[in-house]
Amino acid sequence: MIDLSINCGGIKSPNPFWLASGPPTNSAYQVCKAFEAGWGGAVWKTIGEAVMNVVNRYGSMDYNGQKIIGLNNIELISDRPVEVNLREIAETKKLWPDRAVIASLMVESKRETWHEIVKRTIDTGCDGIELNYGCPHGMSERGMGSAVGQVPEYCTMITEWVTEVSTIPVLVKLTPNISDIRFPGRAARKGKANGISLINTINTIMGVDLDTFELNPSVDGKGGHGGYAGPAVKPIALNMVSQVAADTEINLPISAIGGISTWRDALEFILLGASSVQVCTAVMHYGFRIIEDMTEGLTHWMEEKNYRTLDEVRGKSLKCISEFGNLNLLYKAVARIDESKCIQCNLCYIACNDAAHQCIDLLPHGEKNQPTVRESDCVGCRLCFIVCPVEKCISMVRLDDASETITWNELMKQMPQPVTWEALRQFQHKHGIEIH
Amino acid sequence: MKNLAPKLTAEEYEENFAELHPPLSEDSAVAEANRCLYCFDSPCMKACPTHIDVSTFIKKIASGNIKGSAKTILSSNWVALTCAKACPVDQLCEGACVFNDRGESPIQIGRLQRYAMDWYVERGMPPLFTPAPKNGKSVGVIGGGPAGLACAAELALMGYDATIYEAKHEPGGLDTWGIAPYKMKRQDSLNEVTIVGRLGVTIKTGVYVGGNISIEELLNNHDAIFLGVGLQTPARLRIPGEELPGVHDALYFIEKVTSRKWNSVDVGKRVAVIGAGNTAIDAATEAKRLGAEQVMIIYRRSKDEMSAYDFEYELAKSDGVVFHFLAAPKRILGSSHVEAIECVRMKLGVPDYRGKRIAEPIPNSEFQIPVDMVIKAVGQATEQNFFSHIPNLKMENGNVWVNPETCQTNNAKFFAGGDCINGGKEVVNAAADGKKAAHGIDNFLTVGI
Repeated sequence: MIDLSINCGGIKSPNPFWLASGPPTNSAYQVCKAFEAGWGGAVWKTIGEAVMNVVNRYGSMDYNGQKIIGLNNIELISDRPVEVNLREIAETKKLWPDRAVIASLMVESKRETWHEIVKRTIDTGCDGIELNYGCPHGMSERGMGSAVGQVPEYCTMITEWVTEVSTIPVLVKLTPNISDIRFPGRAARKGKANGISLINTINTIMGVDLDTFELNPSVDGKGGHGGYAGPAVKPIALNMVSQVAADTEINLPISAIGGISTWRDALEFILLGASSVQVCTAVMHYGFRIIEDMTEGLTHWMEEKNYRTLDEVRGKSLKCISEFGNLNLLYKAVARIDESKCIQCNLCYIACNDAAHQCIDLLPHGEKNQPTVRESDCVGCRLCFIVCPVEKCISMVRLDDASETITWNELMKQMPQPVTWEALRQFQHKHGIEIH
Repeated sequence: MKNLAPKLTAEEYEENFAELHPPLSEDSAVAEANRCLYCFDSPCMKACPTHIDVSTFIKKIASGNIKGSAKTILSSNWVALTCAKACPVDQLCEGACVFNDRGESPIQIGRLQRYAMDWYVERGMPPLFTPAPKNGKSVGVIGGGPAGLACAAELALMGYDATIYEAKHEPGGLDTWGIAPYKMKRQDSLNEVTIVGRLGVTIKTGVYVGGNISIEELLNNHDAIFLGVGLQTPARLRIPGEELPGVHDALYFIEKVTSRKWNSVDVGKRVAVIGAGNTAIDAATEAKRLGAEQVMIIYRRSKDEMSAYDFEYELAKSDGVVFHFLAAPKRILGSSHVEAIECVRMKLGVPDYRGKRIAEPIPNSEFQIPVDMVIKAVGQATEQNFFSHIPNLKMENGNVWVNPETCQTNNAKFFAGGDCINGGKEVVNAAADGKKAAHGIDNFLTVGI
């Protein structure tokens, strides 16, 4: 029997899939409907200061006919009064005792204000608190959201104000709009947070209208940066999650956010150390019903791989993360084209010829031309493999016998410093590496 | 002709002759364009006789640069709107699309090309090319069909003074009057004529070379001549009764249906079309759509030997056209007009020199079918009399012989292309020939070869 339940910094849920704080968690109606569909938890849309929204809040990045590769928003925190939200949180938790109900908070930077909102939140019976240090628009200009997340000292200070009165777990949600995510992560740890949520949205301008010259979206002719989310941000989120997960100073459970649309996306984050995952854009695109495939797909994968709990899976990829200086310089692979699969679109040829190392030739082959790799000149860059539209047509084939490895860091210990081109050339020559 | 089918109302004509392949909307065109892989050295481009850079024009549609897309298309093919609608794309570009090898449906190249060309036409066909300064040399182009238009346009771009001599009152050739209206409209072809005319080509209509102007006069006025005269002489059945009222030539019939005077075309209630090429299918389908109750195609060989494309055959069948294979017309019967056609059953023997199996009559197997109208669609031939006036013109299998590289004929001053050199192929072949000939002429008049 597969057990998908998780515990993220003391917040438990029957599966790792939480709704991220955002439009899908604006009301009890929505959260209850999501729980009905099978979601394991929900981070309520951030409550706190009085706000007022504008019209035309979202912008979409569409690509090659595919809608919402990325989604940006200039919507603010909940525009419903605090007491309404707290009442609905309490009602929802009462109806769904086994699900994780987390309140997301953002108030002005005053100790008493935070103490008050935290106490009122705990009274709802909810499972945890998430501190929104991430919103890059609207609130940051008022000294909240990412204005806090971008300054580690503020981050520690406010987290302390919360944890000194909170009796329930506290997650700190980080902004990616910063040069090194580990610093606010460490600051949250210093403020005694129980876990880290990341990433919040990324600063973006979605586009410019070529007829009106206005931004997309435009609010009566004006616009500005918003927060970007959705499938396009996943690689950025994966990197930041892995940085926080691998940092020995932070060492806190992670609730991962950023472009998670399917169980596969979720698993990647879990393999990089996440305990729970949060989803927003995919639900905004398709609705709560996507949870069925998420739990089912994850369960089937675990059955197939013989795992029983997510604890057995979590962080399994962290050991594969390495800095560049520790990569094996003698690992050699070249591209090979399976001519029986090749459809002669020649995208590999033009990519290699114009943008890589000119090692694919077009050789006459009946009425068509067959791209053919000159292996002696192939540097193994993998561009052809990436552009090929046919599954398993181009493969990267390992040529070295794995008997010898050396990394840049090891090599630099052997070579006189500073390293010269001549010394490197000799090393390359000895190992049959030709640079054209 | 007796026993006529009742005439259609204008509404019925519009409905019966509506386009088979409607245009793509902007969204569907962009979605389809984005599906294209943007192959390099792409097979679709090679499969097109005019070598349109298909993946480039498609990517321009995807980016919203439709004008640039039209320019890419026209720079290879001057009758690209006709080709977009009338080309047998599954035999050419779409048949070569790499998606076929992936087991997926090919990119709808024809419909995308039409999308770009429609856009360009709807915006009034703004200039896309700047012809080179006049070089003082002049070329006469006989025939204003696709081959002649392509040749003249290309010459004009290179700075030549090009004059088209068209015998009919409207130019465009078969593109204007020989393609079924549910495939394309006459106006599409006339728009292409406009595009060519705006490059500075002089187009003289109603001028019959060998009639109101002689070949000698043309030679005096021009440095070289292009022959894009097509095929003029309908092939004959050579059977008794062929002269009876009610026996028509297919192209003449199609021309009238395509013209503004479609309402004056009489159609019998029961129609026999002789032949099974693409023209026969067009004639049969048009007769049916004009109100004929029964339309049959009579062909002396079997389904496997007929030259009509599969999609044409399917279209005719779905229109209710009945096929009599292995039946050869022997006599057309009737006292003052067509009343019946007598056929003999055939069997297939050994293949002939072209690989087509020879059909032989089965003795005493004659049978009669009552019909009111017979449409002959057994092909056309070149006008031998016309070509006999050109000195040293070499003919081969009834067609004008040309050097395949340059389209130059045996008489150095004469070049030729289109149906008169290939015996009747696609519009796109004529467009490719015309262009090739223009460069052959340029080479001849500048280098002297």
